[in-house]
Amino acid sequence: MIDHAGNAAAFNRDKSFAEWHNETLWHVRHKRDMARNGVVDWELLREKASAIKEHTLANLHDYLLEFEKNALRNGWVIHWASGSDLHNRIILDILSEENINEVVKSKSMLTEECGLNVFLEKRGIRIIDTDLGERIVQLAETPPSHIVLPAIHMKKKEIGELFHKHLHSAPGSEDPEYLTRVARENLRIHLKNAKAAISGVNFGLADSGAIVVCTNEGNADMGIHHADIYIASMGIEKLIPGKTELPVFLELLARSATGQPITAYTSHLIKPPPGKTYHIILVDNGRADILSGNKYGEVLKCIRCGACINTCPVYRRSGGYSYGFTIPGPIGSVLAPLKNMKKYHALPFASTLCGSCSDVCPVKIDLHEILFKLRYDAVDAGSLSMAKRLMLFILDQVLYRKSLYSILGFFGTRLLKYLPSFMVYHRFNGWGKSRDFPGIPDQSFKKWYKEEIKRG
Amino acid sequence: MSRDRIRVGLFIPCYIDQFYPQVGKAVYRFLKKLNLDLEYPMDQTCCGQPLANSGMRKESEKYAVKFWKLFSGFDYVVCPSASCVLHVREHFPDLPEDGMEGSFRGKTLEFVEFIHDILRLEKIEASFPHKVALIHGCHGLRGLRLESSSELNVSYFSKNMELLRQVRGIRMVTYDREDECCGFGGSFSVFEETVSVRMGLDKLKSLTACGAEYVTGNDMSCLMHLEGLSHRQHLGLKFIHIAEILNGAV
Repeated sequence: MIDHAGNAAAFNRDKSFAEWHNETLWHVRHKRDMARNGVVDWELLREKASAIKEHTLANLHDYLLEFEKNALRNGWVIHWASGSDLHNRIILDILSEENINEVVKSKSMLTEECGLNVFLEKRGIRIIDTDLGERIVQLAETPPSHIVLPAIHMKKKEIGELFHKHLHSAPGSEDPEYLTRVARENLRIHLKNAKAAISGVNFGLADSGAIVVCTNEGNADMGIHHADIYIASMGIEKLIPGKTELPVFLELLARSATGQPITAYTSHLIKPPPGKTYHIILVDNGRADILSGNKYGEVLKCIRCGACINTCPVYRRSGGYSYGFTIPGPIGSVLAPLKNMKKYHALPFASTLCGSCSDVCPVKIDLHEILFKLRYDAVDAGSLSMAKRLMLFILDQVLYRKSLYSILGFFGTRLLKYLPSFMVYHRFNGWGKSRDFPGIPDQSFKKWYKEEIKRG
Repeated sequence: MSRDRIRVGLFIPCYIDQFYPQVGKAVYRFLKKLNLDLEYPMDQTCCGQPLANSGMRKESEKYAVKFWKLFSGFDYVVCPSASCVLHVREHFPDLPEDGMEGSFRGKTLEFVEFIHDILRLEKIEASFPHKVALIHGCHGLRGLRLESSSELNVSYFSKNMELLRQVRGIRMVTYDREDECCGFGGSFSVFEETVSVRMGLDKLKSLTACGAEYVTGNDMSCLMHLEGLSHRQHLGLKFIHIAEILNGAV
């Protein structure tokens, strides 16, 4: 079970780092605002993007078949994977058949979701993450803490030590430019010798049987172009009808993610060049269940830009790892309990329901509303602790019954006034640890109103 | 319809009743001056939001039934808390077996919303010669859309500011990250204490830096959280509900 509040408290023990984390991610949100200001029709684009995704999801069956048909015609090899195990096995089979023991990969949250790295390493296949942030967390043997900025939780010093250990950079160096060059030189060797490359997919175009991959470092392209075998891992929700709809999303994606007008590379992979083999693995892994559940299907509109994560005041002050799930922040707090309520029931409560996530979302997922509804589901599933249930039971008794409410209200507030402060403010009191209680008025509004009516 | 024919039911949230009766009084007096047919049903307690937000669907539904019974006869229900109003409007269940199908939801309005949208008051008679910072409670901001939020690419608007600007002598001050959440969040403030407090202290940092004497807003609950932190830190900031300012409190 994930204890978000406990993890958040641990994160905040290093106060200066917690502050830095908050400021840095807020800066990304600010850059997003600046980029958005340049698009007059921003709100209209969000409407459109949302409608296109809704339409595609409502007709997903047909679009998937259309995509498959057109991709086959283009010469892709198509695989279907119902779950993460099958996804990983398909990749293992492709690599084993060609006796490949090292594969380069460019950022894919889906392969993170499927645990591909561990799966392949266990079977003797070396997998090299080629995006800088991903490479850093891979060397550190930790998962990414953010879906767009995977190593945002690490300091320069730590990265310098890590690179010194693994990539033989100069000891004690923390210069980002130097460290990037070291990583780049090392990655070039892997990229040039790559026999196989794996990447994620940003958009699948049903009408063209092609995929679009958006990156900033260009390593996906370098890997794909050097390798003889390319494998694209694609969640079935990544589909859109086609070329006509694509620009709507390209306008929104990078601006929402990092505040750039567009990613440095927007690669359209249409058909394999002669002599090369291109695979697409279409992965369900719980998506169809979410869609057919009819309740939260809209979460599948997500284009993984991370804007909801950057804007979330709770994420910025608790860090990506506090969620204990591949994807942090509001979107992670929605996806995780849909996957496993028992383990992740605390996440829908790791929000003030401030609604910033829903307003920032480029495809208009009503994230905070879903978080609210998931709280109902969490309680229905019996995941509330005894202590919390008892507290809420008492609260319910007091708030509902007028007489009890008046009596307890009266005595409670009086009690608060005269109890010695050590009894009111102790470590079990979540409110009073850092906050004072409000001053106690002489009479409640109700009492005043009664007298006011008498006075006429 | 002339104003004395408009039947208004006053809903004063539980914590305002107990801790901040002066807010209820300000609303009552303000509306009374306008000759509305005003009534405060004595049997009211709470809207049930604290339970609903904690995931207690079943327990929270009976509050909706009670609310409906007490308030269905009014033309409007007015409440000085954006958060409670949002709960009534968006999270009250439809319970047809109790004759409750939700048309009354739209008639439940937050105080500023009511005087701005329904009464369309053109002149506020009040004086408040102080430096004031407005906090934008999330449920009023992004829920009821009392103001434009910074995430959206829409023209600026603020029903709060339209009213506050008319108050004599008031000097409104702006500050950093104005519409970031203050961290209250109901039971979040207790169950996620660390982050809640961190958010509140960050908000107070901006509020003290902008030189405000008073902090105001549509939700006393956000103000209560900030007041509690500020008091503990001896920051000297004063907290006041927007209804108190509009009613002419000095």
